[in-house]
Amino acid sequence: MWIWLHRLGSPPYFYRFAGRLLPWLWTACLVCLGVGLYWGLVVAPPDYQQGDSYRIMFIHVPSAWLSLLSYVLMASFSAAALIWRVKVAEVLARSIAPLGASFTFIALVSGSLWGKPMWGTWWVWDARLTSELILLFLYLGFIALASAFDDPRRAARAAGLLAIVGVVNVPIIHFSVQWWNTLHQGPTVSKLGSPSIALSMLLPLLVMVVALHLYLLAALLQKARCELIARERSSRWVNDLLPGRGVGDELA
Amino acid sequence: MTRRRKRLVLIGLLMVGVAAAAMLALTAFQQNLLYFFSPSQVAAGEAPPDYPFRLGGLVAAQSVERVSGSLDVRFQVTDGNRSIPVTYTGVLPDLFREGQGVVAHGQLDADGVFRADQVLAKHDEEYMPPEVKKALQVSDNGTDPSRHASGGEP
Repeated sequence: MWIWLHRLGSPPYFYRFAGRLLPWLWTACLVCLGVGLYWGLVVAPPDYQQGDSYRIMFIHVPSAWLSLLSYVLMASFSAAALIWRVKVAEVLARSIAPLGASFTFIALVSGSLWGKPMWGTWWVWDARLTSELILLFLYLGFIALASAFDDPRRAARAAGLLAIVGVVNVPIIHFSVQWWNTLHQGPTVSKLGSPSIALSMLLPLLVMVVALHLYLLAALLQKARCELIARERSSRWVNDLLPGRGVGDELA
Repeated sequence: MTRRRKRLVLIGLLMVGVAAAAMLALTAFQQNLLYFFSPSQVAAGEAPPDYPFRLGGLVAAQSVERVSGSLDVRFQVTDGNRSIPVTYTGVLPDLFREGQGVVAHGQLDADGVFRADQVLAKHDEEYMPPEVKKALQVSDNGTDPSRHASGGEP
């Protein structure tokens, strides 16, 4: 396991490994996305109280979960980059930030669209909504800081510290609905004992969750590959990838 | 200590420090982070008397009275122990009904009536098809739910 992780930290190995994985990930992601959307939006029954509006859940819930998971991953990559100076970890942290920011944005917008008909308001400043908005600002701050330096290694160090400090917000978001009175309802699926959602609605939700996890992984690897060859453009292994160039040829 | 070990410890300490600071701050602001007060808290005098605040709870059964010809509505908000009378003028959200969770923004007047200027519906975390809900209600009333579920209701 450690040896494998160590090998994955080497840019050429990571590049080839990700390249082999990508077609499988994209295929599985598209299949799950198609099945999940059709099942959730067409087949699943309407809710006893919210009618068809509850179907926003099939987008909202996976996006919100992934906005948190992406942040934890970004902070972990940043920590690995800071402690062990792994270049691939720097690239992964940099690549996951816009993905996480998009998930956060989708969760906020879809939640707002859901809130208007159900709660009667687009936005309230309760603990759950506010902390999720702060998460979006953390992502944007990370992206801004990572782009503010000319030297990518210094950029990764500065932005990495921000990512690690900001991880304190993740448990606050998750537990906000239990610690305080909020307009947002409590957890449904992860509730101890039995989840309080009918199986005919839970299954399509889980398919959507799997689909978006696959999307995150595929998009992350794809983006990290591009970022990696851009950063390593003057190195021997990137030059070797170019067709028609022998080992040791210099780029003009 | 190697440099890697040193960085690991530093980052660990940083995270512990930030977590402790966040915990202290959140404990200090505990009151301000409460989105609403429950009727019991209001009855115990925990809500600010002269300022607007939010009141949250369930709409008590058989308490909603509408004044015909206007948008005025009166109802009781309860948490099981205490209930507070609420008056409101305006359009209510779709989910507003008796037994439903609401959060009302407004102010207590001298008679202990909560004059709301905004009423939001708070839905619970349960999702189920209408037939399941019907079957559950029937089983709550003491009827055999399995007979009902297979009874071919329209």
